[in-house]
Amino acid sequence: MKRNNHSEDTQDPLLKTLIEVGIVGYGAYVPRYRLPAKEVSRVWTGGIGAGPILEKSVPGLDEDVATMSIEAARNALARAQIDPGLIRAVWVGSESHPYAVKPTSTIVAEAIGATPHIQAADWEFACKAGSETMQAAIGFVGSGMAQYALAIGMDTAQGRPGDALEYTAAAGGAAYLIGPGKDSIAIFEATYSYVTDTPDFWRRPGEMYPSHGDRFTGEPAYFKHVGAAGRAMLEALDAQPGDFDYAVFHQPNVKFPERAAKELGFTQDQIETGLLAGRVGNVYAGSSLLGLAAILDEAKPGNRIFFVSYGSGAGSDAMVLRVTDLIAERQGRAPKTCDYIARRTEIDYATYARYRGKLAT
Amino acid sequence: MELPQHWRLADQRYRLIGEKCPHCEASIFPPHDVCPECSKPAGSLYTFAGTGTVYSHTTIIDAPEGFDGQEPYVVAMIKLDEGPLVTAQLTDLDGPPEIGMPVEMVTRKLRTDGDAGIIVYGYKFRTALEHHQDEAASSQDTAGK
Repeated sequence: MKRNNHSEDTQDPLLKTLIEVGIVGYGAYVPRYRLPAKEVSRVWTGGIGAGPILEKSVPGLDEDVATMSIEAARNALARAQIDPGLIRAVWVGSESHPYAVKPTSTIVAEAIGATPHIQAADWEFACKAGSETMQAAIGFVGSGMAQYALAIGMDTAQGRPGDALEYTAAAGGAAYLIGPGKDSIAIFEATYSYVTDTPDFWRRPGEMYPSHGDRFTGEPAYFKHVGAAGRAMLEALDAQPGDFDYAVFHQPNVKFPERAAKELGFTQDQIETGLLAGRVGNVYAGSSLLGLAAILDEAKPGNRIFFVSYGSGAGSDAMVLRVTDLIAERQGRAPKTCDYIARRTEIDYATYARYRGKLAT
Repeated sequence: MELPQHWRLADQRYRLIGEKCPHCEASIFPPHDVCPECSKPAGSLYTFAGTGTVYSHTTIIDAPEGFDGQEPYVVAMIKLDEGPLVTAQLTDLDGPPEIGMPVEMVTRKLRTDGDAGIIVYGYKFRTALEHHQDEAASSQDTAGK
């Protein structure tokens, strides 16, 4: 068969499953500590200049991506109420895995009672690692290989002291139990991925903090990929922004997703529910997944949700979901995203520096 | 503590798996294989719900090796809803703990063996998370399988 490598000629770029797949259960997690942006500017800029967000979430001394993923996964299972032994994959996407070598996913799988008859792996694609696990899980279930797969995006992001990212690099994420459409609270209508080699943000082995291309992270990176993925999805589905009740985008701050949404034709009303960056910061691989969890917390049967993630390096995963009648009975079975956001202890920069291991001892 | 010991304890530490005595129905944690109530063999595994109340507590100021860097922290005896008393750290505290305070189990880092050693995970307890229950909400009883 002749293969055409020109992407503009590629027919139907949507990633489709053989059987209907959806979200059977979901669970959010945000740690309780908050560092106000004004604390960062107090220390580094003499209090001059407004931060890109109000405050960001900070994990406690005894928390990491494994413990946070476990709590989100337990919330997803509490909503789904399935036997964890039926899960065939546990995948954790993050750029803050606790070990360089030793999977986070096996710890999570063991803690929720899903071992040993499972696939387990850790995923990495900067902030897109979480939505990648969802796409892979959709494929695993959609091909008939598994009845259930658990996809998690969770991070405890690193911000170099004094760097612009320190205002926003935060902790949190969400877990999604992907399964058969007939048991789902929301069904995936379509998914699509858009990826290029773009050097906007990276972290080399052994480095504690990431590096980034400052303004280069905007136009050729975030906006190009989120815009392209969003437009391709709308076009492939022959849909209009007005066809959706909610939209959620990767949120490194508040401005970026607001602008991306506007450029695609979505309104502030559509993105309001899933836009959490102002109160929790950028939770990296968990960012768009946490926003989606906040939407599912209040969604009604029949609602349509438009989702686009972004990960540096770079790429975007777009997904369209339709909420089913099963949503109402499962929303209240576990704490909601807003419960975690409301659980809040403000800390100062010194406590933050201690909690995040920024002090040499 | 040795690696094999951490590994052997993973079920009870990660999921509060204890035992239920088939003779007198007593819930047993940690697992003993012999029922402390009726002294008969008790090997049936039982997953505790992870909820209970603070029975007593103390604050550790001078932490032992492996726990340094966490101090001050609170160690409590938790009366599990099923009966047994378990000793664990209280985490995510927002003020002093109180006897009788309802708590729930969470999995957290217990200790790390330096920068190169393993990270040991296990149960701690926190104040039960305030949770906006809907009318249709049912209990979170999936843990007891």
